[in-house]
Amino acid sequence: MIRNLYTRLVLILIIAALAIWVDTSDEIQFRNPIDDTIIFSRNVAPRLGLDLQGGLQVLLEADLPEGSDVDSDAMDTARTIVENRTNALGVSENLIQLAGERRIVGEFPGAEDADAILDIIQQTGLLEFVDTGDFRPDEGTLLQTDFAVGSSNETSPTATPAATPADSSTPTPAAETPPAEETPPATVYHTIMTGGELRSINVGLDDTGQPAIDFTLSPEGTTIFANHTAANIGKILAITLDKRVISAPGIQGAIPTGQGQISGSFTAESANELAVQLRYGSLPIPLKVVETRIIGPTLGEDSLQKSLVAGVIGMTIVILFMVIYYRLPGIVATLAILCYAVIAFAVFKWFHVTLTLPGIAGFLLSTGAALDANILIFERLKEELRNGRNLNQAVEQGWTRAWPSIWESNLATFFTSAILFLFGSAYGATIVKGFSVTLIFGVAISVLTAIFVTRSLLALALQLFRPTNHERWFGI
Amino acid sequence: MIDILRRRYLYFAISLVVILPGLILLAINGLPLSIDFTGGSLLEVQFESGKTLQSADLLPLYANAGIDDAQVQTTESGTLQIRSSFLTNETRDVILNEMRAQSGGEVTVIRFDSVGPNIGAQVTSRAAVAVAVAALGVATYIALVFRRVPNAFRYGVCAIIAMVHDVAVVFSVAGIGALLFDWQIDALFLTALLTVIGFSVQDKVVVFDRIRENTNLLRRLEYEKLVNHSIVQTLQRSINTQLMTVEFLLLALALFGGVTLQEFAVILLVGLFSGTYSSIFIAAPILVLWEKREWKNWFRRGTATA
Repeated sequence: MIRNLYTRLVLILIIAALAIWVDTSDEIQFRNPIDDTIIFSRNVAPRLGLDLQGGLQVLLEADLPEGSDVDSDAMDTARTIVENRTNALGVSENLIQLAGERRIVGEFPGAEDADAILDIIQQTGLLEFVDTGDFRPDEGTLLQTDFAVGSSNETSPTATPAATPADSSTPTPAAETPPAEETPPATVYHTIMTGGELRSINVGLDDTGQPAIDFTLSPEGTTIFANHTAANIGKILAITLDKRVISAPGIQGAIPTGQGQISGSFTAESANELAVQLRYGSLPIPLKVVETRIIGPTLGEDSLQKSLVAGVIGMTIVILFMVIYYRLPGIVATLAILCYAVIAFAVFKWFHVTLTLPGIAGFLLSTGAALDANILIFERLKEELRNGRNLNQAVEQGWTRAWPSIWESNLATFFTSAILFLFGSAYGATIVKGFSVTLIFGVAISVLTAIFVTRSLLALALQLFRPTNHERWFGI
Repeated sequence: MIDILRRRYLYFAISLVVILPGLILLAINGLPLSIDFTGGSLLEVQFESGKTLQSADLLPLYANAGIDDAQVQTTESGTLQIRSSFLTNETRDVILNEMRAQSGGEVTVIRFDSVGPNIGAQVTSRAAVAVAVAALGVATYIALVFRRVPNAFRYGVCAIIAMVHDVAVVFSVAGIGALLFDWQIDALFLTALLTVIGFSVQDKVVVFDRIRENTNLLRRLEYEKLVNHSIVQTLQRSINTQLMTVEFLLLALALFGGVTLQEFAVILLVGLFSGTYSSIFIAAPILVLWEKREWKNWFRRGTATA
């Protein structure tokens, strides 16, 4: 019995030590002691939700008629593109997830420039090389082209019938119409090639030292480009992004190499953004923003600071109460609760659970459950002592009798939170999900600490102190 | 042993007194739903000190951008909260730039929420479904756990009734808070509600568990005495778990937790208290009332309300 007890104690200490290790580090690594290679490594940096550190959350919806089927593969591709584009912006810890059939939820904790992210997400990024003949459009002009694409977030209800296209093969007037406030040029120009033919894209400098975008074309693109430039020397070849002209150079000579440069009035930043867009392509499904949440860093920090302070004060009072009221068992309970908190936090970090305010509420509830388990055991223990049992019997009985209540009540909470979790994930209700995740973990850990820690420590304390004065030690 | 159950109708009356005023307020004023549920936008901004724009300056700004339902509110911390219908990010930028131009200083965005109207409606219905399914699941679970006790089904139903009681108390508090402090039913409120439901069920199971245990131990005891006995036995635990520990944590949160958390903490404080209260003063008395089929006496003068 006693040996068994010490084994348990050692086990508890090891687990607690591991948990503290995870709690205090940002990364866990095991190295092979011989050649110093990394055998195992896991990032355990704490993840704070937007409400605690500020940032941007955006809900995107497929911009298709209500009730129409949304291709799930296309949504998945759109999700990946959004992820790639935003990652390339250098924002860390982005989380882009599908939510239901036609929505994508994006979270950018700590993002400071929400506008840049929103811009890059929404831009469809369709690059076209447009033959405008002798017409040299100004930068920013909207051009109508004959290239058909469904992805334009500037849809306008009325489709202006296209004027006679110069040498168009597939005229598609709908979805090409620029917004009403801009006077559309009457002509539909021919797109000789799109950004789909681009193979590599880099930010470089043009002749005047301005940032520009260097590109290399696919073999097919090279042929098209070579033929066109050879046949149209002296004409203008406009380069448009989402139908808007970024640059309209004249063709000075044939370009057979398939390499070229787009120069416009770029800054280093805007050139980089454009390069990102071109690299990661256009969205297969047009997306519109249906929900935006921006939480300033100060508000988030304020919430975090104050909840932490409140948590520490609250816990101190609770511990004081437990020790004063339950005496020896109270000290045991305090150790058990601290163990629980340390392990729970380590588990959250290990499984990358994002901590949000609802998450903290879930954690609070499970802390209540952990306290309740201890109180149930101790009340039973006192009851048995009052009924005249000796200490060992009372401890054993107190445990056996309290166990069904602890088990069943926690199981009830576990089921409730599991149901909530399923709903939260299926419908993208992030609050419900955040709450239920910490609650599920918390309840499981609280039951385990009640079984192992409270019980073992209590038995150990009795072995060590062999208290005879029940009044003093148990507060009866 | 104190006879807690004797005054059961008094407890029902107390609960009604707590629940009804708030619910009546809600019925008259409507649910103070936030934009999380209705859709719309909330922009909270901080101006440079001394350069704050007034409501009269801001409303035309919104109107110029085509939004004519803006409402401006000054918060305790000196920031301005402007609620309006759904703002696109473009419109927000236009408005913010105008604010900067007019105030002649920097304008910091503390918070910006903008929820499309359809999204809000969906959140509402899905949250409601989640809560309803969770409640049903709980009733089934309790009936299963207590299947060896006579009338196991009653325990599930009583737990649900008590849970509805707790939900009603929470809504009542929200209704009163809406009147006095402009509280709103938002996403955090939903979280608090879920917490209350979870706790309520957990507490019922503990109390019912003692009744079940005593059913086996004290077979000859009359049902009302048996339930009373069980409540008294778990009373110390209820008080300690509830008042001394959980409420301390929440009180700390309410007092020190910052503005965003205050409403949340107060609702939890009341809701969790109700969760414990309803185990003893609602769920258990209804069990007894059901066993004795007291409703048969309700309309006979002077017999039931002893």
